[in-house]
Amino acid sequence: MATGATADIKWWGGGRSPFNVEYGKVMMWYFLMSDAFTFGAFLISYGTIRFSQNYWPDPNHVFNAFPFAGHANLPLAFVSLMTFILIISSVTMVLAVHAGHHNDKKGVIKWMIWTIIGGFAFLGCQAWEWTHLILGDHEVLINGTIEKIGTTVTRNPWGAEVLHNGTMVATPGPVAFGGYFFGITGFHGFHVFSGVVINIIMLLMAINGTFERRGHYNMIEKAGLYWHFVDLVWVFVFLCFYLV
Amino acid sequence: MNTHSPEVTFHHEPQEGQVKKIIKTTILLSVITIIELILGFVIYYMNKGEAPSTTLILFIKGVIVILSLLKAFYIVGVFMHLGDEIRNFALTIVVPLLLFVWFIAAFLWDGDSWKNLRNTVGGSKPYPQQTVAPKDAKKPGVE
Repeated sequence: MATGATADIKWWGGGRSPFNVEYGKVMMWYFLMSDAFTFGAFLISYGTIRFSQNYWPDPNHVFNAFPFAGHANLPLAFVSLMTFILIISSVTMVLAVHAGHHNDKKGVIKWMIWTIIGGFAFLGCQAWEWTHLILGDHEVLINGTIEKIGTTVTRNPWGAEVLHNGTMVATPGPVAFGGYFFGITGFHGFHVFSGVVINIIMLLMAINGTFERRGHYNMIEKAGLYWHFVDLVWVFVFLCFYLV
Repeated sequence: MNTHSPEVTFHHEPQEGQVKKIIKTTILLSVITIIELILGFVIYYMNKGEAPSTTLILFIKGVIVILSLLKAFYIVGVFMHLGDEIRNFALTIVVPLLLFVWFIAAFLWDGDSWKNLRNTVGGSKPYPQQTVAPKDAKKPGVE
């Protein structure tokens, strides 16, 4: 094979880790890959059902509220806020990992605290959005009478509009809408929640000096991978539920 | 120093310019998100207007999908440092994900076919397409 005196390292020649990655990190990557398939399957299933319907609610019509803004029509506004919260918390996480590479305990603690705050902010936003959707009362024509319903896994007030007694009134939309929305954002929210818990544990370990004694901050890196994955999934949840 | 495992000899960093790279990527991700939002608003106003062009809307949605993939690329490559790992390792993660290409195509295709079957007269579920209907007409979307 190679005969010249090149700088090529024989990664597979034995005596070293061919991927040159620590075991825990390799396994975190493979876990995240399998998790990507789980989320992918959910989102593709949602896509299939959505494609099979003649009518699907317009996200700009459903998600147009903002806290303390009353009934103002603000499509995309709140979800943009949530997206930016998650991007920023992802950035603070990279900075924590970066501080870890420099064995900078103070830096790790500072950036982990910001990341945790970002996680809680995102969860708070999601809690508000869910509450708003579930408790919302929208006039819907059901069996010839007008009822006021919210969005749940069994009810969808965002169907096509029909003429009823001279005014346009919504009919019940496909129930799959609520099921997929709450199912997938809930599964993502659960990931955010577990990520926050992991980050808090990492923060406590950093404060206790566990990593300092170990001589490396690899655990922060692994927690960081999980946290970025949560942000990555949100890119696609944001795409599938709010943008298109 | 990382001395916990003698076999693992490769460590990214600490190198200079890393923070700069992080800030650059942050700005890039924010800009892509803002472009996506602008395109989202374009679709919103097109849908509000008279007779929106479905082809153009589909095209804009395609652009948004590509921008999202670009965001995913930067998050995985820079924030998760997959770009700094040994190429073979990165490939063991990325190559299996290529299954998604067929997975997405096949299932969306199936969904569309399901809709077409539904809309045929002798189909599994005749389903009138309507936006405005008389008050006692069959309600759409009731499953």
